[in-house]
Formats: sequence, structure tokens, C-alpha cells
Amino acid sequence: MTEKFYYDNKIVRNFAVATIVWGIIGMTVGLLAAMQLFKPELNMGSQYTTFGRIRPLHTNAVIFAFVGNAIFMGVYYSLQRLLKARMFSDMLSKIHFWGWQLIIVSAVITLPLGFTSSHEYAELEWPIDIAITVIWVVFGINMFGTIIKRREQHMYVAIWFYIATFVTVAVLHIVNSFQLPISLFKSYYLYAGVQDALVQWWYGHNAVAFFLTTPYLGMMYYFLPKMANRPVYSYKLSILHFWSLIFIYIWAGPHHLLYTSLPSWAQSLGVVFSIMLIAPSWGGMINGLLTLRGAWDKVREDATLKFMVVGLTAYGMATFEGPMLALKQINAIAHYTDWIVAHVHVGALGWNGFLTFGILYWLIPRIYRTPLYSKKLAAFHFWIGTLGIIFYAVPLYFAGFTQGLMWKQFTEDGMLKYPNFLETLLQIIPMYVLRAVGGAMYLIGVIVMTYNIIKTTRAGKLLANEPAEAQPLSKTYEAVGSDRKIHRILERKPMVFMVLSLIVILIGGMIEMMPTFTIKSNIPTISSVKPYSPLELQGRDLYIREGCVSCHSQMIRPFRSETERYGEYSKAGEFVYDHPFLWGSKRIGPDLAREGDKYSNAWHFNHLLDPQTMSPGSIMPPYEWLINQKLDTTTTIAKINAMRTLGVPYELGFEHKANSHLNNQAKEIAADLRKSNVHVQSDKEIIAIIAYLQRLGTDIKAK
Amino acid sequence: MNMIYLLIGCSILLALMFLLAFFWMIKSGQNDDTFTPAVRILFDDEIAEKEIQISDEDHA
Repeated sequence: MTEKFYYDNKIVRNFAVATIVWGIIGMTVGLLAAMQLFKPELNMGSQYTTFGRIRPLHTNAVIFAFVGNAIFMGVYYSLQRLLKARMFSDMLSKIHFWGWQLIIVSAVITLPLGFTSSHEYAELEWPIDIAITVIWVVFGINMFGTIIKRREQHMYVAIWFYIATFVTVAVLHIVNSFQLPISLFKSYYLYAGVQDALVQWWYGHNAVAFFLTTPYLGMMYYFLPKMANRPVYSYKLSILHFWSLIFIYIWAGPHHLLYTSLPSWAQSLGVVFSIMLIAPSWGGMINGLLTLRGAWDKVREDATLKFMVVGLTAYGMATFEGPMLALKQINAIAHYTDWIVAHVHVGALGWNGFLTFGILYWLIPRIYRTPLYSKKLAAFHFWIGTLGIIFYAVPLYFAGFTQGLMWKQFTEDGMLKYPNFLETLLQIIPMYVLRAVGGAMYLIGVIVMTYNIIKTTRAGKLLANEPAEAQPLSKTYEAVGSDRKIHRILERKPMVFMVLSLIVILIGGMIEMMPTFTIKSNIPTISSVKPYSPLELQGRDLYIREGCVSCHSQMIRPFRSETERYGEYSKAGEFVYDHPFLWGSKRIGPDLAREGDKYSNAWHFNHLLDPQTMSPGSIMPPYEWLINQKLDTTTTIAKINAMRTLGVPYELGFEHKANSHLNNQAKEIAADLRKSNVHVQSDKEIIAIIAYLQRLGTDIKAK
Repeated sequence: MNMIYLLIGCSILLALMFLLAFFWMIKSGQNDDTFTPAVRILFDDEIAEKEIQISDEDHA
């Protein structure tokens, strides 16, 4: 006896619309950020649109808004059909959709305002982190609920990818959100320095793995066979590479911290697992490309399949390049350069972007029951998009090699050939221009796609509830052989299983954390390293607010080329009071780990007021608002208290003296500035940030 | 470096969960047939298409 039911297409449509809208917004912000790298005035003189603040807006918008909505679009479409069931609850689908959009809107508001935790791709402050957790759980319940009421016994490989995505992202997000709030929009990470860095990149790398990769592999395994109308090349291979991928991926994070103060054994662990990742990654790429065996004639005519082929190829290139970049010798040149930016954009524009476009072109005509408005426009989108990727990536690779090698170039006398950082930057400015051209081409393609899809939806009508029928699963399943016990529990009660496993994770997590709360850290301490003064602490939070970490690292690697340029290499013990760590991952400007005492207070003042006067040609924007805005000292007490809770040894009662201490130090700096004919009141923000910059790296500097 | 214990712990817990799921997959016979699942997903739309036509006619 077959049951009749309806697939929910409306929720798929809604996520598709959100994908396109946020995609255009996210990429436009990206283009604006890219253009500021050769024309800083494009920040329009506003702190809210300056690179340091819109760079996280761009990354969050394209990862969580564009790709995030595309994942939900793909999952909600394919999950229902693979399981032969409507989504578990229409209400949960709705809450999931609107909740997710609300989270994105809150990100669009808070990030330009400077509310940021500074952890890359996890910048959103703690109230939004909690909202993400809630909505993610809603998504999980909806997905597992659908799995429970499925009418198809076998769970196709795509579903396994979706489950792995859900479980792992939940754990990653929670662990990387351990923060101590001091106000509604400010918090400090529980861990400091090298530990904080490790957590961040454990999260950061796995966000790539389980947000940008596994859900897309699942979608690839559903949509590519459907588009080509032939089964996946090897179902066995798909299962094999699924399990190996998810077992290996989670250990690769430390390759983001090669040559930093992270203990070397942890670095090696990351390298080994990164190299191993080639196999399962290429397993997926090969399986996808070989699915098209005998169907390549279709690829010639069908833009949808072209998108999928280039997407898979980009995935293959990025997952080969990733392990190579994880080799220490290559990383030594590539790290902090535009090589890394090129690498992630091959993945993001090629793999995530092109798969999303392919799926949109295939799915929208189906749920609107009409052919695509224009195949020619789709083909145009494909070609301008592909050219856009090339124009984006090639100049940045060139820029990366160039700058990475210039940083390391010595003269015959053993002196740095390019001791002025700015010289190495000016060399690659033309590449930044070309990159923006590539990005603009890619964006034009997306706008053409939007027009094409709007025209298609106008011509058709949304089939909101698509009828389907299937036989129900027999309720009394007879287990045979060895699977009688475990099978029955897990098979019939997946919900219970999920809850139990979450409890296991939480208990395990608590047990794992207890020692870290009670036992003293075994990071070598340096007795001369002292906590920040209240003014420096406030200055540090301004540094975080302005997103300085987007362009300036604070981690000198142990190479002669770096110690010559910046000073003594960084030690783990220097960062024990850094909640959060601010090592950075990109040097658009020079490293600041030993910036303290390098220049006078007046130099810093003039440089922040107009960087071009101190360094002609600099692409750093002016920060006039730091001079006009008064430093908010009402938070000082809460900040000192919070830091003490986290283990920073401020004396008891110091919080009450903190603001007078702060004022005294500010007055000293203002007085020093006055000597150099710079007149500024001591209560302005710029005083705090100068205090912080002058402190950087001085604790262990040889006097 | 205490933090690494938490991360390794979480990673191992995740791995164990995946391992459990893997054992379940093997034992429950999810992998016994590695041919039909790949083919079956290609067919599910056809019933729907007929149904839509019927429902369209009903509404007309």
C-alpha cells in the first residue's frame, strides 16, 4: 500500500532566494574591500565601511549567508526526495529559515559597528553565537525528524554527509564560542594566546571542512547524478571517501599555525593529517568527474553541467594545493601572503560558488515547472564566471609568490634587500587591481544569473507542494543475524541516539575541560611578561574593533628574514594574557609583534591620522575618528574583573584604581605628544591605541 | 597547552560517534547493496510528474 504525500518546495524556494540575495550582497562587499586595497579612499571616509570592519562582513556573508542558505536549499530539496518524506515539521522549517536570516541581518548590523570577537569566521559576538546554536539545533531536529519518518530504508550517501555536517559544526561552533561576556556586545575568550590560537584554527579549518566541503559533497552526490541522469561512478568509493574524509579532516587545523609559537609536535600532527587528506578529497572529485563518463556530450551543451565540472575541478585543485601549503617549506613562503587568499577563493568561487549556480539553474526550473528562461545567458554566466576566477586567482598567486620571496630576499652583504615593507606591497598593487577586475566579472555573472532566474520564475508557477507517493517502512522490522541489538536501538530511535550522543559529548567535554580550569597551564611563563595596563587593555579592544588584525599579524616566525625585519621571534609565553590572541593570518601591512618603542608617540599619531604622510604610498586608511571619539572608560572595571576571572593576575581591588591609572597613563602620552607639537585631549581613543601599540612586544625586548 | 586535551578529546569523541555510526551502517546492511541506491535516486521524479498532471487536470 503506497502513501501519498507532498514535498515542500516553498522552503527550498525561500532558501534559494536568500542564497541569491545574500550572495550578491556578500560579493559586493568583497569587491568593495578588494578595491580599498588599491584605493583606500573607497572606505568613503567612514569607520563603518573601512576594510578592517567590512572584511569580516564579507567573509561571514559569503560563508554563512550565501553558502549557508545554499546548503539549506540543497539539503531541504534532496533530503525530502532521498527519504521519500516531507520535512519533519513545516513550522521548524520556517523557524529555521527566518531565524537564519535574522542571524545574518544581526551580523550585517554588528560587524560594521565593530562588535567582533576577532576570531576569523567566528567574529559574531556571544548573543548571536547563542542564536546560531539554537537555529542549528532546530535544523538538526528537522533533519533527524525527517530521517525518522522516512519511507526509504537505505540512507543515500548524501544524507551521511549532511549528518556529519550537522554534528561536527555543532561541536566546533560551541567549543569556539567559550567566551566570558562583559556586556551585551563584548566578551573575552576563555583561553589566551597560543591556546586560543589552537582552538580558533581547529574551528577555522573545520569550518572549511564541514561547512564548505561536506555539505557540498553531499549535494554533489545528489544533484550531479540527477543532472547527468546517470548513477554516481562508484557508490562504494563514495562511502569509502566519506568515512575517511570525516575521520581525517578534524586533525588538520594546526597547519594554519606552522612556524608560530605552537608546539612543534602539534604542528607536525596537522601536517601529517593534511597530507593524508589528498586521498579522500580526490576520491570525491574523481567520483564526481567519472560520473559524467559517457555524458561529456551533455557537458558541451549544458551550462549547468559545465558549472559542476569546473566546480569539481576547482575542488580538486584546492584540495591538492591545501596539503602542499601545509608542508612547512612551502608554508614558510606562502603564509601571510596573497597566495592563501587565492587558494581559498579557488575553493570558494569555484567549488562553492559554481556548484551553487549549477544547482540553482537545475532546481529553479523544476520547482517552477518551466524551462530555464535563457540557456545563452546561463552559458554567458559560466564563461564570465570562469574568466572571473582566473582573473581573480592568477594575479593573486603572482602577488603571493612575489611578496613572499621579496620578504625573504637578502643582499650579498646579508642585509634585507627590501627592508621597507611598503616596497614589497607597492610591487603587487597592480595585482590587486586585476583581482578586483576578476571579482567584478564574477559578480556580473551572478547578476546575470539573477535576471535569468527571475525571468524563469515569472514564466512558471511555484509548485509549492509537490505530490509524491511511496510505500511506508514496515513498522515491525525483523532484525537478522548480528545486528539484532544495536541495530534495533539505533534504527528505531535515531532521535534518542542523537540526544544520547550529544550528552556524551557534553560530559566528555566537561571532563576534558575540568583539568584546564584547575591545573596551571604548562606554557613556559616569562617573568617579565606582565598584564596590560587598563589603558593598553582598552587600546587593545579598539585594535580588535577596528579589525587591525585583518592586515597586521603579531607573530614573528623564527626565520632570519623575519627577525631582521621585525625583531626577536615570538614566544608562546608572551601571549599568556592575550584574550583573544591577535596573531592574524595575513600581512597586508607589516607585523606589529615588536611595534612598541619602534617609533615615537607622535609618529603613531600622525600615522593614524593620515598614514600617507608617514609612509607615502601606504594603503592604510586614515583613522580620524580615533581622534574625535572619546574613549569609553565605563567598561574598564568590568574588563579588569573579567580578565582576572580568566586568570590574568590583576590585584584584588585594582579594578577601582584602574580608571585613575588609565587617566594618568593617558595624560603622560598626551603630554609627550604635546612636546612634539601634537595637541590632543588625553581622553580620546587614539591615546589608548597608541598606548597599546607602544606596549607590543616590549616585555621581552632587550633594552 | 591544556587546550589541546579538550580539542583532542572533542575530536576523538566525534571520531567515536562517527565510528558508532559506521558500525551501525555496516551492521544494518546499509552497505550490502552498493548498486541500486545510486540508480534508484534517478527515478523518484517520474511518479511525481504523473501526479502533478492529474492534480493539474483536477484543478482545471
